[in-house]
Amino acid sequence: MLALIPLFPFLGFVVNATMGRRLPKSVSGGLASLVMLASFAVSVISVLQLAGLPPDARTIDQTLYTWIASGDLNIALAFRVDPLSAVMILVITGIGSLIHIYSTAYMHDEVDSEFARYFSYLNLFAAFMLVLVLGANFPLLFVGWEGVGLCSYLLIGFWYKKKSANDAGKKAFVVNRIGDYAFILGMLALFAKFGTLDFRSIASAVAVLPVETEFGILSLAALLLFIGATGKSAQIPLYTWLPDAMEGPTPVSALIHAATMVTAGVYMIGRNAVLFSHAPETMMIVAVIGALTALMAGTIGLVQNDIKRVLAYSTVSQLGYMFLAMGVGAFGAGIFHLYTHAFFKALLFLGSGAVIHALHGEQDIRNMGGLRKELPLTYRTFLIGAIAIAGVPPLAGFFSKDEILFETFIEGHTLLWVIGALTALLTATYMFRLVFLTFWGERRHDAPVAADAHSAPSHPHTVAPSHHEHQHLHDAPPAMALALVVLAIGSVAAGWIGIPHALGGSNRLGTWLEPAFTVSAAAGEGGAAEGGAAADGAAGTDHTALEFSLMTVSTAIAVVGIAFAYFVWVRRRRVADNMAREFPGLHRLLLNKYYVDELYDATVVQPIKAASTEGLWRWFDVKVIDGAVNGSASIVEGSAAMLRRLQSGSVRAYAGSLFVGVVVILGYYLWR
Amino acid sequence: MIPLSYYLIVSAVLFAIGTAGVFLRRNLITILLSIEIMLNAVNLSFVAFGRYAGDLDGQIITFFVMTVAAAEAAVGLALIIALFRQRESLNPDAFTSLKW
Repeated sequence: MLALIPLFPFLGFVVNATMGRRLPKSVSGGLASLVMLASFAVSVISVLQLAGLPPDARTIDQTLYTWIASGDLNIALAFRVDPLSAVMILVITGIGSLIHIYSTAYMHDEVDSEFARYFSYLNLFAAFMLVLVLGANFPLLFVGWEGVGLCSYLLIGFWYKKKSANDAGKKAFVVNRIGDYAFILGMLALFAKFGTLDFRSIASAVAVLPVETEFGILSLAALLLFIGATGKSAQIPLYTWLPDAMEGPTPVSALIHAATMVTAGVYMIGRNAVLFSHAPETMMIVAVIGALTALMAGTIGLVQNDIKRVLAYSTVSQLGYMFLAMGVGAFGAGIFHLYTHAFFKALLFLGSGAVIHALHGEQDIRNMGGLRKELPLTYRTFLIGAIAIAGVPPLAGFFSKDEILFETFIEGHTLLWVIGALTALLTATYMFRLVFLTFWGERRHDAPVAADAHSAPSHPHTVAPSHHEHQHLHDAPPAMALALVVLAIGSVAAGWIGIPHALGGSNRLGTWLEPAFTVSAAAGEGGAAEGGAAADGAAGTDHTALEFSLMTVSTAIAVVGIAFAYFVWVRRRRVADNMAREFPGLHRLLLNKYYVDELYDATVVQPIKAASTEGLWRWFDVKVIDGAVNGSASIVEGSAAMLRRLQSGSVRAYAGSLFVGVVVILGYYLWR
Repeated sequence: MIPLSYYLIVSAVLFAIGTAGVFLRRNLITILLSIEIMLNAVNLSFVAFGRYAGDLDGQIITFFVMTVAAAEAAVGLALIIALFRQRESLNPDAFTSLKW
């Protein structure tokens, strides 16, 4: 039954990849959407089945066969759904279905074969992502992990005729590879320590160990796994690929680079919650990296001019929030934010896609404005997404973000809380800057033409802006509108299943997830007592007053951020430019993303390039490898030059040597 | 009865004479004749061994050697005539062009 969940999208992939070029768009796109819906249906059935079990025993296993059996290593191809992966499969298949439907309209201008290629990648991605979250052991998770990386590469470079898209795809792939290397090392460390790679077995084995007070094997393994997560989930120092990944089609950005794939790292930490909670040093690193990433990406997002890049930095920032939550031990809060973020960030990306679609590929917000009247549906849904991410109650983002900030505060990380709150302010500001610049005011054409590479529209059907200046713009077609509306409803309501106790809710999501982060009595023998993982649901009662005040603070922060954005970008348009002129250094620093790409280029890319050119090519390849080949040839040549003198052509000399040879051999045998 | 070793000594002497002829003479026809002497030395030892062992194998193989020797003489003489037509010489040292 569980196997069907990834199998349906895989089937869609096989059909679209093999026969897609001969199918009309309605069939290939419809099939791709249909298999996602089927997968969603199976997911819902599985989750309902799971919910019917008592909370302690909420896992469903399905072992298909033994995948690898080699000595101590025994890996089964096994799927497991527990409360954590239940949330994940619903998000992936649910939002995935909507984005597939949206894509049928968004990608409609492509020719049939490209259209089918797009959907085959998208289906393949969904299949791998589902393997990732359903896999019951590390290698299976890693299969999904690498598979989604592959699909990400393929989809970022979907418009492969564009050099920037190809470069972005390669960058994503290479940067991810760095993280994956650490991830493999982490797996090996765990196998060396515990002799198993099954999540549940590792968790039970870890649970009986004491919490590491200093940096030991558990901390090392957890840290290596986290480095893998920084690659996949775009955290410092490996986040640079995600903003570039916006070269891909917008629905891809929504599905892969906002809602699902980039949250794989968060999921992985949640999956190994017991391990991570036994490694407090690593947890601290996770929390600090998360908070710093959130802040840094937030500040960059404030000045970017490409609508998708703002959203990309926003994604990095929100992922930072999730890691902050994971790092302070609030696993439930992190997954909660993952889940709500999937709704509103997918909504925002799809909304931006609708804008780009309507403007025929324009992505620079300096060339937008006044779209409120022309694209009313897009505007309204985008606004809902923006309010949700800004953290205004009672929309989804408020509850999850607030829970993270609250948990951070409760755990005593005041500085991290301050960073988180600051980031919340930035989030509200840059999101509403985006809203105001895109939808309010009058239509502008401020962007310097081809001023920087990023403002070049990546949509293939680019027309010069002046051509459609006076044209009537078309709001989202039905398939896109459906996805926008459903996601908007989700962005409003998704948070309601996690209303904290302080507001009279019961944080049902937290309670639901809790067994996934501890070792249940049924699974680990005697390990349950030691398994001190998250207990976020229970924390609320003692701190109601504190929670209220923190909530007030974060709501106030959101409102202040929105008001600030309104003041700067609607009332006083000059203020923003003045500020940029006032602090030119800071502005340039932010606009150039802290020069991190340049830094990496100088410290990593160029040295590797130089070492490869001078060391590997000019020395090793030319001298050593070619030298060995040419050297053996000249040895043969030289020795042959001497040996050929023996062939004198004189028959009597041959006969003489033959005779001598016979005498020597016979003599040897006779007189030895 | 004459002991086996007498035959073998005669055979060895003949073989040595033939070998010396092959190496020392500077006439291709003489070299060919020397080869015939070596073959017949071998034939002699075969017959002697056959007689000594009391069966006919030695004589049978001698017939084979004689047959082959006859063919060899025919082919060899033909080659020598062809070579002579090329170089007007029968000295083996004149034919050394088959080399590097």
